Amino acid sequence: MGNIFLLAITAILLENFVFVKFYGICPFLGVSQKSDTAVGMGLAVTFTMTIASALTWPLYYFVLVPLGIEYLETIAFILLIACLVQFIEMFLQKAIPSLYSALGIYLPLITTNCAVLGVALLNIQQGYNFLESVVYGCCAGLGFLLAIFLLSLIRERFDFADIPKPFRGIPIALIAGGLLALAFSGLRLNF
Amino acid sequence: MKKENEKLTVGKIFRDGLLDQNPIFVQLLGMCSTLAISTSVINALGMGGSVTFVLILSNLFISVLRNLIPSKIRIASYIVIIAGFVTVVDMVLQAYIPSLAASLGLFIPLIVVNCIILARAESFASKNKPLPSVLDGLAMGLGFTVALVIISAIRELFGNGTLLGFAVMPEGYSPAVLVISPVGGFLILGALIALVQWFRARKKDKED
Repeated sequence: MGNIFLLAITAILLENFVFVKFYGICPFLGVSQKSDTAVGMGLAVTFTMTIASALTWPLYYFVLVPLGIEYLETIAFILLIACLVQFIEMFLQKAIPSLYSALGIYLPLITTNCAVLGVALLNIQQGYNFLESVVYGCCAGLGFLLAIFLLSLIRERFDFADIPKPFRGIPIALIAGGLLALAFSGLRLNF
Repeated sequence: MKKENEKLTVGKIFRDGLLDQNPIFVQLLGMCSTLAISTSVINALGMGGSVTFVLILSNLFISVLRNLIPSKIRIASYIVIIAGFVTVVDMVLQAYIPSLAASLGLFIPLIVVNCIILARAESFASKNKPLPSVLDGLAMGLGFTVALVIISAIRELFGNGTLLGFAVMPEGYSPAVLVISPVGGFLILGALIALVQWFRARKKDKED
């Protein structure tokens, strides 16, 4: 149990997916202007990462390994993730239309969010068992949620700040992200 | 749209890729791998080369197949084509340059979800003939590589005191570890993009 707890803390704080591992930077910069959309995106990504971890693990160990085609993992995983995102999109459209329209174009883009494929590949590379993979997927997603939520709170303040013109938009978001990364690196002994 | 009617010349394709539509500094695509691997020039060259290779071949294949792929499942088809070439790059690097493969790590398989490649497939290769598509892939790949090399040269020089692994800073220079840490990646990329935006705004003002 302690092992799982350590894994969770590592994934959320110590090796935050955004600030330390640099996965999922595109939505981190792209959907962080408003905190409610950022939270919606973070939750959708967390959900996708958890399910993706739960599905890619058996796909690898029960299909690819017995057939001896482990080298196809990238192709197999991305196809599975694309289908999964399509399902989530259809489900959200029916069940939570408000979140669906708020996420808009970014929903299909979860497919190309490298955090999702990244966590699936990391689970296999690190040799996690099924439970560890699912926990790691979920907590890495929560780490992403935390990161995008924090950045969105800062960026909402930018509306009232007199930012030099060349820095408006992505540059200032990157710099705010850098300062957040600095805060997160303080959680580790060395950075 | 003025751009659509503009004649596609070799010069324009390369100017777009390297300057006007530079994937990193102007289109702001592929930020993940940019931030993650720009800690040394060697990594930047390896990553740039891999992405260029995948871009050229995926653009070629998608352009050749553009009339055969049904538009409803085009994105999925593109991803499969791209993933195929990425797997090739991954296996070749692991077999022949294992040290580079190790330092680039998961960011090689993650080229599959690099927005640059999908963006070029969707916005260029699916609408143009094979030869311009190949040139577009080459130009965009070069633009990506050049941008990566610029960022990584700054980070390697100040963060490690070296360039391409050779010590260039005077002896006794104590490296600024912050520059090579994730924090430095964010700050330097932010500052560089701001510089590019400032430069473009100034150029536009002059033209008006």
